[in-house]
Amino acid sequence: MKTLQELEAIRQKTLDRISMRKEDKEVAVRIVIGMATCGIAAGARPVMATFMEEIERRHLHSVNLTQTGCIGMCRLEPIVDVFTPDGGKVTYVNVTPEKVRMIVADHVVNGHPVSEYTIGAVDAQA
Amino acid sequence: MRDWSLHLLDLMENSLRAASTRVELSLALSQDGALDIILRDDGFGMDRDFASLATDPFTTTRTTRKVGLGLSLAQHNAELTGGYLELLSEPGCGTRVHICILTSHIDCLPLGDLAQTMASLILLNHDKTDFTLDMSSPMGSEHFSTKVIKEVLGDEVALNEPEVITYIKDLLSEQSQTVFGGILL
Repeated sequence: MKTLQELEAIRQKTLDRISMRKEDKEVAVRIVIGMATCGIAAGARPVMATFMEEIERRHLHSVNLTQTGCIGMCRLEPIVDVFTPDGGKVTYVNVTPEKVRMIVADHVVNGHPVSEYTIGAVDAQA
Repeated sequence: MRDWSLHLLDLMENSLRAASTRVELSLALSQDGALDIILRDDGFGMDRDFASLATDPFTTTRTTRKVGLGLSLAQHNAELTGGYLELLSEPGCGTRVHICILTSHIDCLPLGDLAQTMASLILLNHDKTDFTLDMSSPMGSEHFSTKVIKEVLGDEVALNEPEVITYIKDLLSEQSQTVFGGILL
């Protein structure tokens, strides 16, 4: 059973980490997921959950997850935008939990966009 | 949508777009298998004319396309089971959606992963909105509120810390297992 004591322990651990985090100025990567009806129907929720798991597993505390609505390309949902601190933006389409693991490992952590999952590559095939 | 938890995620996204500060969801399963889902928010609300058209798939406030499918798909899936979807709204007072579904019907969608729905919403909207979830069935009842979590965490630790979101997801999974068991999942 989950208890409030357990939550209190998480609070303590996080506080310790926050005080450490202030010292090393990490730059943030922003990940934006389309969560309108079309996105949700196409599987945006497990995509979001997988990003969350990967962030926790790899301790990527400088990564910021946010959502957006429908941008009018429903057939390509789930759509994920990755904004890097250097000003770069990459749009991934038809994203699945498996693709999320690749995107986090290659792009978010190592800085190399996964070109075969980007909107440019998928649109060229269509 | 594949299950009700995805419909509910979609409908709660509507509440958030209406700038709600409070989103309250309750699910009550009765002995005869009827599931009453009530979603209440304190967002902008809609006037009577728009509310009466809101379940029409060709009604939307969005400008990127001409269709709005969230409510109409949910209504369709409720009616497939012999249930209904009822919408009450008042400008400035928020909106209440009541979905009644008969879980014994063969066309009833599964409930799905309600914990993941709530965790995603809280992760993305913890700073603006408080969420509550009440579940009840003949097997028991459970209450969840982000306010309680916030009280324990204090001001320094945000609700969207990965460990906290995982805690919330696990807590809600346990709660829905206790209340609904394997019947709806």
